[in-house]
Amino acid sequence: MLNNPFKVFVFLAFTLLALFPELAFAAETAGEAVAAAAPKPTRADYPQIAGMNARTLAWGFAQMHLFLAAFVLAVPLFSIVMEYLGHITKDERYDNMAHEFMKITMSAYSLTALFGGTLALTLFLFYPHLMGYLMKVFRGQMLLYALLFLLESVTLYIYYYSWNAMRYGNRKWYHMSIGLLLNTVGLTLMFVANAWATFMMSPSGVDPATGAVVGSVWDATRNPLWNPVNLHRFLANIAYGGAIVGAYAAYMFLAEKKQQIKAHYDWMGYTSNFIAIAGFLPLPFAGYWLMAEIYAYSQQMGITAMGGILAWLFIIQAVLIGTIMLAANYYLWCGLMRTDRGAEYGKYVKYIAVVIVGGFLVWVTPHSLILTTDEIRMLGGTHHKFLGPLGIMPAKNTAVNLMLVFTFLSFQMFYRSSRIPTVSWAKAGNMVIVALYVVGCTNIVLAGIYGYITPTVYKVGASVPQVVSTLSIIVFAVIIDIFMLRGAKTTKVHWGRMSERSQYALFVLPVAFTWLMGLMGYIRSSLRTHWHVYTIMKDNSPEAYIPTIGQAGNTITVITLSFMAIMVFVFWLSRLGSSKQETPS
Amino acid sequence: MTFARVMIFSLFTLLAFTAFSNLVPQVQGDPPQEEKVDTVSLDMAGMISLGERLFSGKGTCTLCHNNLGRAPDLLELDLAKAFPERIADARYEGIAKGKTGAKAVEEYLIESMIDPSKYVVTGFGKKGSNDTISQMPKVDAAPVSLSKVEIDALTAFLQDKAGLTPTVPLPSAEEAPAEKSDSDDEEEQGPATTAVAALEKYNCGTCHDLEGSEADLGPKLKGIGKKMDNAKIIEAIIKPNAEIAQGYEEGTMPDDFGEQMRVSELNLIVEYLKKLPE
Repeated sequence: MLNNPFKVFVFLAFTLLALFPELAFAAETAGEAVAAAAPKPTRADYPQIAGMNARTLAWGFAQMHLFLAAFVLAVPLFSIVMEYLGHITKDERYDNMAHEFMKITMSAYSLTALFGGTLALTLFLFYPHLMGYLMKVFRGQMLLYALLFLLESVTLYIYYYSWNAMRYGNRKWYHMSIGLLLNTVGLTLMFVANAWATFMMSPSGVDPATGAVVGSVWDATRNPLWNPVNLHRFLANIAYGGAIVGAYAAYMFLAEKKQQIKAHYDWMGYTSNFIAIAGFLPLPFAGYWLMAEIYAYSQQMGITAMGGILAWLFIIQAVLIGTIMLAANYYLWCGLMRTDRGAEYGKYVKYIAVVIVGGFLVWVTPHSLILTTDEIRMLGGTHHKFLGPLGIMPAKNTAVNLMLVFTFLSFQMFYRSSRIPTVSWAKAGNMVIVALYVVGCTNIVLAGIYGYITPTVYKVGASVPQVVSTLSIIVFAVIIDIFMLRGAKTTKVHWGRMSERSQYALFVLPVAFTWLMGLMGYIRSSLRTHWHVYTIMKDNSPEAYIPTIGQAGNTITVITLSFMAIMVFVFWLSRLGSSKQETPS
Repeated sequence: MTFARVMIFSLFTLLAFTAFSNLVPQVQGDPPQEEKVDTVSLDMAGMISLGERLFSGKGTCTLCHNNLGRAPDLLELDLAKAFPERIADARYEGIAKGKTGAKAVEEYLIESMIDPSKYVVTGFGKKGSNDTISQMPKVDAAPVSLSKVEIDALTAFLQDKAGLTPTVPLPSAEEAPAEKSDSDDEEEQGPATTAVAALEKYNCGTCHDLEGSEADLGPKLKGIGKKMDNAKIIEAIIKPNAEIAQGYEEGTMPDDFGEQMRVSELNLIVEYLKKLPE
């Protein structure tokens, strides 16, 4: 079990906690707490080791740990759902696929721990004052984290290795209970780590003037941005996990020659893409909530993100999300060739493509540009007469909502291409669905127009009816389809009848997701500007500045490439592990 | 082979993202630079000018006080009309209540900066607070952290914009100077409060015969008060190479005391030197 150094560390931490529980649970007296003001390190207090750039090192290790952890935490979440689906539908394909997903997770788990340990070491080495302060604030919670990590390891190993031993009947329920425990521990781990990261952005439980610890660990944990980040990361992890296993399926599809196995991985790729998009659809709304909470906590911080030095990042974010949308839709459109009736729906693809590409273009249109005096004179101002208005939030909200609605339509078309409804009210049901789309999209556009004529402070509020319209279309269309397609005549889906080109779309998803997560991490950290802990502990290190977008982009690319190389290597290993040399004759 | 294909594909996708991130405008976000202000020579015109720079710089006022509607646009509003109206507003219960004139505006402005929720202009309160809680941070606390002199300078700037004669006091030598910074490698010990402490802090006795050191690397300073007036002594400290005493070499004495010393410390040393017996 203790097969890597980090697990040894976890084991020692657990032993320490068991022997000295007061480290974690003893309440500090008021006098001691008030005395412990936040440290004020000067530049000379930051260790300089062999000319290494501490921030870049910490950045790299933190991102690698986060990418791997997001994947490792997400996969058990949807694996247990599939396991449950397989059990109640008696379709073993789901069970086998969930087991295979977990196999990839097992390969990535050790790497997650390794990068986590390296990150911790880097932080303690280069930022001892900050880490010392965070340990004062969170006290025994850090040991609790180590204990949870051990529990995560135990439940993960048992969940995976007991799969075939507890496959049917009551045993399956016991197995799913272990999975539930694994997910509970995994989510708790994430929530605890989120508390530390969000405390640095919106500290609570400490004296605002001195940083002295005046509250409990719980006070510091439930800081203003904790729950918005928890929700955002929970959804993003599912989308990310789906994208990575989709890439695994695509890799196996491309590498495999046997048609039957190709069909299996084609089906896995489709399911993974569905999971990725299902996690992705509500993500913008969680993002709105997070940003609204950032504004509520500190208007300055919100403006720094959306209207200040970081504003251009959201144009890059738009490019990445647009790329994800285009790739996911392209994959779905290619998927229509799997069904015999796919061509009937294929004629609508061009219209969906117009909306997706149009939305993408609106999203990447900036409001203002940095221009020379001559250019401003030629343009008649810093904003383009017609394109400038597309740069503000009402246009972007309209674009993203329409893109989400039409991505869902792509899914619905594929789903329906293999089913012919037999209920008597099928025609009326279809008309209701069409009306739902028309009314919903009209509402999204009208709410967008209203956003232009309302004061800036109410623009975010104008996006609420748009979100409600989008979710209503999706939810009601699903409900109607469930009833209308009950007992439907099904036609064969030719799994494996997919072009190789379509599989590269499944690779675009994890690459864009990973880069996007790196970019969002850069934004989240940059919001603290020159503070380790915002307004409490100043960052006086040599790297206490926000790097340019180009510098950040270069760093994120190197990290993403490293991560993708590791993951593709894991896929290769997985394929190697399942191959067997034939017995010599 | 599949490994190589997908890695090359991933690489090209990443290069496209990287290229785009390098094409957009590149701005590095440096920590706010503390402006060094000579509080001794600062007159009211300098205070107004400092206030204007703080308004768009360290004070970060323009983040919200602009034409986007998040806070009153102080650069566009008719302040001569707006300030008296707010003080006369029935909802206003602050220290300037019932007062008029430039002094009342000064009190109102300073109060609104250090306790923004004392009075919130209609329509600009936190959502759901019915204009009882301001969204504005207290400017004397982190992250803005303006000093008293800087708050006075901002007040002077806004009074001037309102067509009033600024009523804020000019900073005295004892006041915490605007150049105070807790960043970089500044010593944490704070300003010296006695002449002897200041001499020790800047190691004057290492070269000069001060406080019984009998050092002779620098000129003898006994009776210096009889030979030089205040201005000359100050110049000798902050610009030591402007005039070199006979028998001593140029460049021996550090020439950055003007940046290192607080005004209060410089004054303490000058007073001490003037009183040195022959």
